[in-house]
Amino acid sequence: MLEITDLHVDLEEETKTILKGVNLSVEAGKVHAIMGPNGSGKSTLSYVLSGRDGYEVTKGAASLDGEDLLEMEPEERAAAGLFLAFQYPVEIPGVGNMTFMRTALNAQRKARGEDEMSAADFLKMVREKAKDLKIDADMLKRPVNVGFSGGEKKRNEILQMAILEPKMCILDETDSGLDVDAMKLVAEGVNALRGAGRGFLVITHYQRLLDHIKPDVVHIMADGRIVKTGGPELALEVENNGYADILAEVA
Amino acid sequence: MSLPQAKQDATEARLVSITGQGGSGWSKVARDAALERVRSMGLPTRRDEYWKFTKPETLVQVEAPEAALFDGDDAIMFDSVDRLKIVFVDGQYDADASDDLALEGVTIERLSEATQADIHWAKDVYGVLETNGQTPVERPLAALNTAMASDGILMHVTGRVRKPINLIYNHKSTTSDAILHHVIKLERGADLTVLETGPAAARFNKTMEVEIADGAGFHHVRVQGRDHERRAVTHMFARLGAESIFKSFTMTANGVLTRNECVIELTGDDAIAHVAGAAMGDGDFHHDDTVFITHDAERCESRQVFKKVLRNGATGVFQGKILVKAGAQKTDGYQISQSLLLDEDSQFLAKPELEIYADDVVCSHGSTSGAIDEEGLFYLRARGVPKPIATDLLTLAFLAEAVEEVEDEGLREEINAQLVGWLERRRG
Repeated sequence: MLEITDLHVDLEEETKTILKGVNLSVEAGKVHAIMGPNGSGKSTLSYVLSGRDGYEVTKGAASLDGEDLLEMEPEERAAAGLFLAFQYPVEIPGVGNMTFMRTALNAQRKARGEDEMSAADFLKMVREKAKDLKIDADMLKRPVNVGFSGGEKKRNEILQMAILEPKMCILDETDSGLDVDAMKLVAEGVNALRGAGRGFLVITHYQRLLDHIKPDVVHIMADGRIVKTGGPELALEVENNGYADILAEVA
Repeated sequence: MSLPQAKQDATEARLVSITGQGGSGWSKVARDAALERVRSMGLPTRRDEYWKFTKPETLVQVEAPEAALFDGDDAIMFDSVDRLKIVFVDGQYDADASDDLALEGVTIERLSEATQADIHWAKDVYGVLETNGQTPVERPLAALNTAMASDGILMHVTGRVRKPINLIYNHKSTTSDAILHHVIKLERGADLTVLETGPAAARFNKTMEVEIADGAGFHHVRVQGRDHERRAVTHMFARLGAESIFKSFTMTANGVLTRNECVIELTGDDAIAHVAGAAMGDGDFHHDDTVFITHDAERCESRQVFKKVLRNGATGVFQGKILVKAGAQKTDGYQISQSLLLDEDSQFLAKPELEIYADDVVCSHGSTSGAIDEEGLFYLRARGVPKPIATDLLTLAFLAEAVEEVEDEGLREEINAQLVGWLERRRG
């Protein structure tokens, strides 16, 4: 589903290479996790895939179901089925959460040549999905992420994921800033979306999120490359021994 | 102190170019006095400090600069609102298009028909609030208006008026030069909403004086039309009694030159005055909000909220002042002026001022200029919202604080719908 080959990425503003040849393939229905120390390039990978400004792809390719992601605008990638759950969800004062989500859903539907969803149908759907994530009516009414706690922001990301029903979900440090209860809630939300057709790429620092979202494959990223790939046991190894051993082993 | 010769000459040239009402009865005294004020002040030039950011030449010169008519397909503003319509075309009253000037709780007259009377309630307001508003800052174009207005509407409000009065200003002549002067007097406990819509004329000079007695409420919502080439200078003078309310909101899109002055005096305790504006300018657009609020009583609240969206070299100006007189304790004053600059060619010039002589007050003010929030834009796009729609959403969000000052939900929805419509049409 998601195919990344030999991806090299520089920062636009300064001459600095962040990704130095990433190869990764996420199959439909699978959950892949990427772990790695700070500065290894994990978040950069998520931004480059979602189309954020400020990065230059110097070599390599990334595609979703055969479509070249790197050629697309961010909104086209979203309509093609890519979703990034932000590490730091952005506050947008003045734009209501419901308006935001409905605008997003209908823009994606329109881009795919589907009918827009009516306000009434949308409301019904959101209410149902919000309930599972313990998102109350007030959070839906407020401006996007404004005044939300860290946990509420992450739950709001998962709600958007549930509403937009993307094919490929990238979760960027979704566990950061969450206490155990909030993390469980978020993980349940994600697990509910796991299915045969959907791929996940879970970027995380720590193993603890992977206790709740069980990955099929774990990759270790260091210095802009994926240096080791294994099963869930690889995450446990990191948890017990840190990254130093693995990095020493592959060096 | 005599005026510079050039200013004197320009003022005289302008004065003789207007066929004033002449007038008789009660209004003649007011008009003659106003004429004296104009002559002693002289009409503004760009050397005047108060006109530092906005060039007054085209507002002062003898001929109104030609203004092409705008062939727009905008929805009729406030069409869904039950309202009493009073229509002017290029400053001329249009009896056929207007409703009967009859509404419970208010007597409505045309200025041009009321001036013949020997005595009239309007004489205590007409030119009176304008005169008060000349200190400490001169507003000669308002005095010119008092002296020369060809017409206007006088509203004496004695009750709570159940539907808004809509002054509709149509623009059909490319060289029209309209001067209108409205007077509104609200008696104790009375309440009125006035809507103003339309571009009015190639050049429009409008003054509105509003006397608000204790416990009365005045609501004003104005939409200045989209004609690209029209020019307007407007003055709102309001005097508030105790526990009275004044709320004014103006939405402006395009127009080569707009100067909206608002001069408010809070003279009774516990009064509330809010002035707000949302402006969208594109290209050859100059929009100036000049506000002066004087607190001269205790526990009054004033609020100024002005937002401007500027692109393609448009210019926005804000001059806002809060003056708190000695003794105006427990004053609560708030002022914010912000611009959203959608490109690097546009500019926003702001001069926020506070002058406070009481020691127990809360006053805050802020002014910012900024580009669209890139983080927010990416967030919206990453969820599938195309860039132009995302930009519009953020633009509406930016204007929201000003639009929310419109209390009535129906009116607010009309304003929002118009904003959305303008943005959509621009996007094509």
